[in-house]
Amino acid sequence: MTWVLENLDVIGGYTGAHLLQALPPILVAFLLSLPLAKLANSRGWLRTSVTTTSSLMYAIPSLPLFVLLPGLIGTGVRSPLNISIALSLYGLALMVPAAADAFRSVSRDVLGSATAQGYAPGARFFEVELPLAGPVLLAGVRVVAVSTISLVTVGGVLGVPSLGMLFVDGVRRGIAAEIAAGIVATVVLALLIDALLVLLGRAVMPWTRRQGVSRP
Amino acid sequence: MTGSPFLESLSWLVDPVHWSGPDSIPLRTLEHLGYTALGVLVAALLAVPVGLYVGHTGRMKSLAVAAAGAARALPTLGLVTLFALLVGIGLTAPLLSFVILAIPSLLAGAYSAVESADPATVDAARAQGMTEWQILTRVELPLGMPLLVGGFRGATVQVVATAMLAAYVGSGGLGRYIFQGLGSQNYPQMIAGSLLVIALALLLDLALLLAQRLTAPPGARAS
Amino acid sequence: MTIHSTRRHLLGALGAGSLALGAAACGSSDPFSEEEAEGGGSDGGSGSGALTIGSQAYYSNEIIAELCAQVLEAEGFTVDRQYQIGQREVYLPELEAGSLDLLPEYLGNLLQHYDSEAASASPEEIHGALGEVLPAGLRVLAFAEASDQDSYTTTSEFASTHSLTAIGDLAGVDEDLRIAANSEFDVRPYGPEGAKEVYDVDVTVVPVEDSGGPLTVQSLLDGDVQLADIYTADPAIAENDLVVLADPESMILPQNVVPVVSEKVDETAATAIEGVIAQLSADDLVELNRQSVVDQASSADIASGWLTEKGLL
Repeated sequence: MTWVLENLDVIGGYTGAHLLQALPPILVAFLLSLPLAKLANSRGWLRTSVTTTSSLMYAIPSLPLFVLLPGLIGTGVRSPLNISIALSLYGLALMVPAAADAFRSVSRDVLGSATAQGYAPGARFFEVELPLAGPVLLAGVRVVAVSTISLVTVGGVLGVPSLGMLFVDGVRRGIAAEIAAGIVATVVLALLIDALLVLLGRAVMPWTRRQGVSRP
Repeated sequence: MTGSPFLESLSWLVDPVHWSGPDSIPLRTLEHLGYTALGVLVAALLAVPVGLYVGHTGRMKSLAVAAAGAARALPTLGLVTLFALLVGIGLTAPLLSFVILAIPSLLAGAYSAVESADPATVDAARAQGMTEWQILTRVELPLGMPLLVGGFRGATVQVVATAMLAAYVGSGGLGRYIFQGLGSQNYPQMIAGSLLVIALALLLDLALLLAQRLTAPPGARAS
Repeated sequence: MTIHSTRRHLLGALGAGSLALGAAACGSSDPFSEEEAEGGGSDGGSGSGALTIGSQAYYSNEIIAELCAQVLEAEGFTVDRQYQIGQREVYLPELEAGSLDLLPEYLGNLLQHYDSEAASASPEEIHGALGEVLPAGLRVLAFAEASDQDSYTTTSEFASTHSLTAIGDLAGVDEDLRIAANSEFDVRPYGPEGAKEVYDVDVTVVPVEDSGGPLTVQSLLDGDVQLADIYTADPAIAENDLVVLADPESMILPQNVVPVVSEKVDETAATAIEGVIAQLSADDLVELNRQSVVDQASSADIASGWLTEKGLL
């Protein structure tokens, strides 16, 4: 415990760096998943290949990906950009199938009625389809957020500043409290972001407040 | 010198040197598979009964959801290093971590499997005089079996991709190739190790997908 | 990239141009080096009075970096600290690109990074060889007496049972010998292959990726392994009364602390750094490490304490 109290600044610094690496991939995964999911839903064979690609992507162990990606995309291993891009890929792997499900959950009849009411395709998407898919999308984003925040720690093995550094340093110095602090901080950060997403969801989708959006 | 480490990793994979002896690909793959199976099975023993209970009774649902969510946030690397400091090297520390990693998917799979049964169907079964146990085992579980197997599928893929961490603290598995390649800058070996993990994950994923299809009750299979 | 390097005596190759050429070719074959050089890390500031100091992701290395940082600050330099960078193939390109200016290194490992076939030699010879293989823009300053090298270490009990003092004595031990070490130990010249060739000793590696840290030590104390690769500056050796087996054939590369610096490190800075390095004895390094792992002190406190004690601050 002494270690934790004396190193609050270190933990705080790593928490900030951690968040900076985690947030962009969550956002990117969400935004890119929308068009990709629409595209995937438009053709049966595309949907199958999206599902296959996702499980393939998710099976790639993260540490080797972090090391190898720079060779493919031209960033530095220690560059937070590298970690962020890798995590965006994992995020997409989770998010695209979730978004495809979300859009499929919107009844075709409702969309038909909207068209009949005179909604242009763009307006129909943003004002009818997207809000209706919202709860399922939110459930997907929440899973992506939690898993991304947890995965950022792996970069610690390579010396990319994040809470994962506490694991590597802690195991080397034999300070269990340091590792435990890293675990707790990661979980707290994930739950905090998750709670924020739930609040955000309630704010933009007030109609979901009553039944709640507790899909895992 | 030859170009891509990706191409070199392919020649690493087919090199007969790596197919025999104590560090051979078949042996490391079996170890990896063993750790995965053990982790998922132990997790299932803990998570499935709890999930079935939660799904059947509807009690403590929010607690289960919250616990599963928090468990998802647990960084496996942190768990492995912490447990290793506490219990020493060997399989115990990584195995404990894999169990924790596998629990959320299994728990979610189990309770959503039971929940997925139409309440009207369950009420009908109850009206016919079935006991709660009979409702669970003869109605809810058969109908929800694909979802339960889906939970196993998710847990297995996660554990198989993470089981490389066993090699971080003195055990074997395909992680040996990855960490040794990382430490000695032998990238072809590291990529080869990763490709083996990916291949294993895909095979398991496909096998469990098949199981998911086969366990659907014949009447419900059309969807 | 060959994994199993054939042993070759550095002495013979020393001074021959082939060494430098071989290293250069090796360097350019690394598919990632160029990309890395452009990417990672923040820019190191461009004022001549500003220096960026890095360290490996190793508490002991960070302490040495911090020693340099504090004396440089006392000399009026502005120091940007970029500690706990993972690996050589990550930070060396950054040094070459000028986004890092100083990082404490270790003689043998640094040479082996540029010449994977480099065999063991005296610290002076390795220091000389480094002068030839380092890429343009990088140089090493004088090296310290303090060294942090790989070892074949065992418990005092095991050593006395089998009357062991040197690695070669292991040849007479009639049981399977397992050594806990980072997994790359398996392919190092002083790993199992070297032990077989130089001392006719058979060992198998049990990989524990904490670089000789507490897990490795614990596995030795628990009897999971008979030997462990524990770095010689590790306070755990004295604390647990461990025995470092002697290496009379110099199979293991010497790993004296040596700062590697960029062109931005001028004479004033170099003199200040070498003032620290000149005073860093082997015992000092063990003590600094002890303060980190036992007292759990921060590198900044450990460094300022030692520098004050030595009259360097």
